[in-house]
Amino acid sequence: MNMKTYEETFKEAEAKNEGIFIPFLVVGDPDYETSIEIAKTMLDNGADALEIGFPFSDPVADGITVQNADIRSFKSGTTIEKCFKFLEELREYTDKPFGLLIYYNIIYKYGIDAFYERLSKLKVNAVLVADLPPEESIDVRKASKKYGVEEIFIAAPSTTNERLKLIADYAGGFIYTVSVMGTTGARDKVEHNTTDMIKRMREHTDMPLCVGFGISKPEHVKEVISSGANGAIVGSAIINIIADNLDDKEKMLKDIGKYVNSMKKATKKE
Amino acid sequence: MKYNGKFGKYGGTYVPELLMPAIEELEEAFYKYKDDEKFKKELNKYLKEFAGRPTGLYYAENLSKKLGCKIYLKREDMLHTGAHKINNAIGQGLLAKYMGKTRLIAETGAGQHGIATSVIGAKLGLDVNIYMGSKDVERQKMNVFRMELSGAEVIPVDAGSCTLKDSINEAFRDWISNVDTTHYLIGTTMGPHPYPTMVKYFQSVIGKEARKQILEIEGKLPDTVIACVGGGSNAMGIFSGFIDDEDVDLIGVEGGGKGADTDENAATIENGSDGILHGALSKVLQTDEGQIEQASCVSAGLDYPGVGPEHAYLDSINRAEYVSVNNEEALNGFRTLCEVEGIIPALESAHAVAYAIKYAKKEKNKGKTIIVNLSGRGDKDMNIVAKELGVEV
Repeated sequence: MNMKTYEETFKEAEAKNEGIFIPFLVVGDPDYETSIEIAKTMLDNGADALEIGFPFSDPVADGITVQNADIRSFKSGTTIEKCFKFLEELREYTDKPFGLLIYYNIIYKYGIDAFYERLSKLKVNAVLVADLPPEESIDVRKASKKYGVEEIFIAAPSTTNERLKLIADYAGGFIYTVSVMGTTGARDKVEHNTTDMIKRMREHTDMPLCVGFGISKPEHVKEVISSGANGAIVGSAIINIIADNLDDKEKMLKDIGKYVNSMKKATKKE
Repeated sequence: MKYNGKFGKYGGTYVPELLMPAIEELEEAFYKYKDDEKFKKELNKYLKEFAGRPTGLYYAENLSKKLGCKIYLKREDMLHTGAHKINNAIGQGLLAKYMGKTRLIAETGAGQHGIATSVIGAKLGLDVNIYMGSKDVERQKMNVFRMELSGAEVIPVDAGSCTLKDSINEAFRDWISNVDTTHYLIGTTMGPHPYPTMVKYFQSVIGKEARKQILEIEGKLPDTVIACVGGGSNAMGIFSGFIDDEDVDLIGVEGGGKGADTDENAATIENGSDGILHGALSKVLQTDEGQIEQASCVSAGLDYPGVGPEHAYLDSINRAEYVSVNNEEALNGFRTLCEVEGIIPALESAHAVAYAIKYAKKEKNKGKTIIVNLSGRGDKDMNIVAKELGVEV
């Protein structure tokens, strides 16, 4: 299937007066087949794009929820080739954008150029390397440009204006905007200063902004979109549903479908 | 950033964006205060009066006669808290204080770095949280108690392999969440820039002293300097004093575990390949798909699947040679030093001693002058050694 770009996806959403909703999952969590079904369920229930994690042995930017998902994934026998197969299989199912969330060592070991070439063949839209700040990104940006795979960067409340400029300069697709300090993980309250963060970023960039980290409820999504963000990203809250229903796949998929549906609805602007 | 922190292609700053401002702040503070008169004065005072520097360069006469070489031991084992770790803990602890941080976090495997961080936290009035793999907590109960006595809170880490690598992951996560108040006091020459450079700087006192001492005693430089390498801070510390002296051979000794040719070892330079772990490009033990593997070594301080990036660099340009000795050889080195010199080394340092013995026995090395960095004392290892020797204590 062809792939839709992030740009087109944001434009379509804007035309409908809504933000986009991007759920995250780890390939192979809890096992390969189920993770394919989870991804399809999310797409069927309103996900506008997918953030897809390759499991890593030492995920320092992630909280315990994602780390446990990585551990389940390894236990179910996930390899890098299975991750590629996952992307291939899903691309046959949808034209919506795929963004990878990955740690640098996996790319480095595979070979940076070869990795991006492979992604381009698999019609992956973008990559976010969790432990690669703009300063170290030259090789990756070269490959990303060469193969037309966009490079996504993160901006956080701690990011100085000087760094924001650098990030805005290098970023493709959208800027993954973090409005709380910490690792990934569902939080009860969105105690972030999303409004301030978005306002500050708008001074440096017109790029679409998607907010992630700590978002778990529809009201968080509403808050994020009404603050001027273009989208919301949710990972840990979905992984929690997976973890809570490991012995009841039917309920797992049903709950995820319901959850994604409610989160997508919350992206509609009033 | 002021510098890129690269040693050849190795090193660098591979961390999540959320940490970058903290890294920039740390780099700026390090370069500012390292040359600041007040800071230097205070650092030297603590090194002298709190830690017990300078340490001696001890001529191991019995061992030397036995081997037909001149073997000197740099006595870092005589320091407060029992190992060279205190040099760096004092330096970074002070730096944290100057930066206005109120809390220190650290990772620890065997517990030596955790203890060093705990005591400097107590001394400087900083809160201390130590991350320690739950397996290590179990293996090193006495050290956990020592940390707690100094007011530190020890947090067992239950993730992954429940050892050093996982406690580093957890410490990074803590730091990401608390950058405003907290300094992450990394215990070795690994991690993102500026850590490898900064930790080397705070450990370079070992090399400076040793160089001066050997010149005073022997009137010439040594032929060879030998040190054990886990992350590599004691080795970097002593190597730094001789690195510009091209005639001095530098040898780093890694933990060979059950044998560098088995699945269970910590010989990262010998068996690893280029990869990114904990913020830097270096040699790491990893699978073909870039997943980090577990290391294994009788000495917890060498039990790490990575190594400081500058060691990977020194290896790549052949300025230093890296070898490994296995658990059994290390235990033999341990016993020899106890029996012949009456010095009980840490199991980490016993690796350096064991290789020095091997090295000295070679015909071509007869008569050489060798400095072995005795990075720590063995009190902490009594349980492990007794178990290995089949003795009930």
